[in-house]
Parts: sequence; C-alpha cells; structure tokens
Amino acid sequence: MVVYLLCFILFLVGLYGVVTRRNLVKIVISLSIMEFSVFLFLALIGYVHDGVVPIVDPANPDARYVDPLPQAMVLTAIVIGLATTAMLMSVIIRIYRKYKTLDIREIKNLRG
Amino acid sequence: MNPLIPLFVAVPLAGAFLTMIFGKFVKNLNRYIGLIVLLFLAIISYYSIVTVSGTVSVYKVGGWEPINGIPIGIYMVMDSLTAILLCIINTIGLLAVFYSFTYISQYTSENYFYALFCLMVAGMNGVVLSGDLFNIYVFLEISAISSYALVAFGVEREQLEATFKYQVLGGLASLLILLGIGFIYWKAKTLNLADIKVALGSAPEKIHYLLVQMLLLSGFGLKAAIIPFHAWLPDAHSSAPSPISAMLSGVLIKAAGIYVILRLFFNMFIISEEVAILITTLGALSMAVGVFLAIGQWDIKRLLAYHSISQMGYVVMSVGVGMILVARNTKPEVASLAIAGGLFHLINHAAFKSLLFLNAGAIEYRIGTRNLQEMGGLSQFMPATSSTSFVASMAISGIPPFNGFFSKLIIIIAAIMAKFYLLALIAVIVSIITLASFMKFQRYAFYNKEVQKDEKSPKEVPFPMVASMVTLGILCLLLSLLVLPQVRDIVLKPAIDILMNSQMYISPILGM
Repeated sequence: MVVYLLCFILFLVGLYGVVTRRNLVKIVISLSIMEFSVFLFLALIGYVHDGVVPIVDPANPDARYVDPLPQAMVLTAIVIGLATTAMLMSVIIRIYRKYKTLDIREIKNLRG
Repeated sequence: MNPLIPLFVAVPLAGAFLTMIFGKFVKNLNRYIGLIVLLFLAIISYYSIVTVSGTVSVYKVGGWEPINGIPIGIYMVMDSLTAILLCIINTIGLLAVFYSFTYISQYTSENYFYALFCLMVAGMNGVVLSGDLFNIYVFLEISAISSYALVAFGVEREQLEATFKYQVLGGLASLLILLGIGFIYWKAKTLNLADIKVALGSAPEKIHYLLVQMLLLSGFGLKAAIIPFHAWLPDAHSSAPSPISAMLSGVLIKAAGIYVILRLFFNMFIISEEVAILITTLGALSMAVGVFLAIGQWDIKRLLAYHSISQMGYVVMSVGVGMILVARNTKPEVASLAIAGGLFHLINHAAFKSLLFLNAGAIEYRIGTRNLQEMGGLSQFMPATSSTSFVASMAISGIPPFNGFFSKLIIIIAAIMAKFYLLALIAVIVSIITLASFMKFQRYAFYNKEVQKDEKSPKEVPFPMVASMVTLGILCLLLSLLVLPQVRDIVLKPAIDILMNSQMYISPILGM
C-alpha cells in the first residue's frame, strides 16, 4: 500500500509543479514527473509477489509469473511520452527565439 | 473478418511515410499522395456505412484468436457509430486537403504538412476503430502529437504560445486517461471494451467505478473541450492554418473526445443516473458559456472556436438526456430521439463548422487579417466565399431549410418530451444568441462598407479553395435529408441501437 501512496505523492508533486512553476522548462519537467508516476503505477499493477519473468519454463510448470501486459503498456507509453516531451522542448526552443524569455508571465499574446 | 478495417489506419500511415521519403524529389507529389489517400479512405468509408447496417464486424490484428473465450489480441471493431465517424473524418479530411493545395503554398515545407495531416487522419481513424482501451490511448496520442505540430505550423509568436498551452493541457489529459486505464486494468485484468463490461460485472465496486469514470470523463472532456476544460481550444483552433482549424474543430474534438465518451459510457460502463446528470450539466454549461464568450470576439477564428465549444455542448447535453433516461430505464423512444438529435448535430457540426473555418481562411488568404473591424464589403469581391459562409452561418444558427435547424429541433423536442424544460429553454436562447453573433460576422465581413471596385480590391480565392467550400455548402443542405425517416433508419438508427443496447456490441466481439 505504501508504494501506491508514494506513487500518488509523486503524481501530486508533478501536478504542483505544472500549476505553480513560471519557467516553461520547469513545467515540462513537472509534466514528466507526473508521467513517470503514472508509469510507475502501471508497472506496480502488474507486480506479483515472488513472481518470475513471464517466459514459460517446461521444467517448472507451477511458477508464478508477473503480469507482462502492464509492462508492455508502460513501454509503449514511455515512447509516446518521449515524443511529447521532445515536441514540447522543440516548441520551447522556438518560443525562446521569438520572445527571448522563458517566463510564462511575459508570454501572453493570446487573451480573451 | 472485414478486410477493409485495417486499411483505414494502414493507408494514411503509408501515405505519411511515402510523402516524407519521395516528396522531396518530385514536385507536388506530396499533395497528390495526400489527395489520393484521403479519396481512397472516403470511398471505403462510404462503402462501409452502406454495408455495415447494424452488424458489428471485428478484425483481429495478427489473427490472435481468443483463448477460453478471453480476447487476447488487438481488436478493431467496425459498427454503425464507427462508420458514421469514419465518414465524417475522411470527407472533411478530403476537402481540407484539396483546400490546402493553394492555401498551404504560402507556407514553407509543404512535405511536413501533408505527412502530419495523413498521420493525424490515421490516428483519428484508429481511435474510432479500436476495440480496446489502450489502443484508443495510443491512437489518440498519434493524432494529438501530429495536431500539436500542425497548430504550430506557422511558427509565429501566437502559434507557439497556443501550441504550448495545447500540449501541456493535452499531456495532462493523456495522463488522466492513462491513470484511468491503469485503474480499470487493476480490477478487470483486461483492456478489451466488451470484456471490461463483462469482467466488472453488474454490481461493480462503487468507489473504484466512480473514480475511473471521473478520470476518464475529465481526460476525454479535456480532449473534447467541454466547459471547465476548454481553455486551450480557442487559442489552438484559431492559431492553426485554416484547413487544420477545420479538421481540429470539425473532426478531432469529436473523434477523440465525444465519440470516446459515448462509446465508454454507453457500451463499457453501466450508466448511473448521477454521472448522466453530471454529463448533461456539463453539456448545458458549455452550450451557454461558450456562446457568451463567443459573442464579444472580433477575431473571426476565435469567434468560431468559441462556437465550437457551444455547439459541442448541444451534442453532450442531448446525449446526456438520453443517458439519464437510459439510466432510469424509462421512455426508451425519447432516449433514442435524444441520442439521435445528438448524433445528427455531431454530423451537421462537422459540415458547417469546417466550412466556416475554410471561409475564414479564404478571407485571411485574400486580405491578410482576421479582425472583423478591419474588413467589410467583401461580398462584391468574393461571391463564392460570401454565399457559402452565409449558408454555414444560417446552418449553425438553426434557420430552416439548413441542416442545423433540424438537429436543434430534434434536440429541443427530445428535451421537452423528457420533461427537461429548462434545458430546452437554454437550447432555444443559445440558438438565438448564436444567430446574433453570426449576423455580426456576416455584416462586418461581407456588407457594412461600400467599397469601390478597383485593381487593388481583393479577388475571389483560387479554384481548389472555392471547390471545397462549395462542396461543403451543398453538404450543409443535403444533410437535412437525414431528418427523413427513410434515411434516418439507414444511417442513424443502427448507431443508436448499438449505443442503447450494449449487448449488441458485446456479443459479436466476445463471440457469445
């Protein structure tokens, strides 16, 4: 239970960062922290106590396997998360060239 | 096994790939690849909507058959609701690509535009076709990431700011969805939509169920820009190039937001009355707040973007009324009428909102501004743009004989028959305010000023843009035919049956 709670706290830390930080790069870092807390949660779901690698071994038919599906999901989600982060960082580079600042308070052309 | 199903995803992916490899060497190859891909997809989606008629066909990717009745492979499911969405996506996509022929030539790197466009279409087709929750997430991200890039296509100050906002909120939405998927997998140990419904059973654990519903509702609500989650939409939709605005507003928020909410809450969850009331309230709120935010705008595309929120509110509200009645298990005919109204408005909104965005693009293309106060008297210079935008404005404000009138009428009648008089009243008032704000758009953009015609005055836009706009204008009229019972029985009725009776969706997938 404690691990799930820690995982949730990590999620909240990320959310706090997204809401309060003023620097664009720090917002992206906070978003990544949130992302990884969700990945951690997914990986925890598949955990089985005393489980072994899910490769069927004819010598040991009674083995308890960990659930491989959440691991596959996390791998896919990490790839997607990487794409999103790369996209965000490239946008930030472009924003810095146009605005000469990373402060979110000074980037507010769009209002209303 | 329907062999057409994987083509909806595979063909646009291949199109994007070919554009990036060969587009550099042959001039204009990229646009023809885009056009051919979308034309092909549009044709097979029309073929599907005619042949599907109430059946549910399943394609198992890689041929993984179920073991002991438990589905293990990736399932792609085609039913009537999916077929309707596929028709919307690919028709609007085809017209937007044809419109881009001249519109995008004012930007550099056209190759990337057509490649990203094909990717976005592949993602949306995947979302509506996939039969399991995780693939919905994956395809959602494919379409979302390509739309982030397309919103920033102009790489000016506003576009970059809008895309940053859009990406942070979109990333948050994806995380909420992923967390919801994790919680579902925890209890159900499966990801197939039909199997989840069976695994969670008829008496699910209440707190877990409510948590999952709220996570998924807020995640997909962010994608659909329902009112408390709407902050990104006006920026993103108004900053994108116009054909992309038409795709985002006309298609993406429906395929990635509304469709998934419909599918999950009708076919995967057992609808409870509290959640149905919440969805109806959110719909009514978006309807009212969206239109009030819209009426003060002077930027055409921002005005249209706020109206998207408001019109999506109609769809959500109407479907929500249907959900309440289904949850109470009373008046099934009124519930089916309410859902019919919602779906009908969804189809209509795709036609007239994309047309309005294309009109806004045509105006921007000729006079280089989006501010209503700086234009005027355009009706004498741009007759095609002016007349098609008149058609679309009348359709969105609900003036007969255009399509918007009939769908709003059905929504209001259904609300009255379900005894939700307040909702019906709000719908009527919002419709009147919509009319007022589009009168403003028509007056300031096309009339108002007497301008002498000389050499410097703007000309009509080139042929591809005119052709796309006129086709959509004709569609706005033709879609009114869906109100006739004969046509409605073929197109809308099977989709409503699937939504109302989830056993019809589950049995063919699980092979029961």
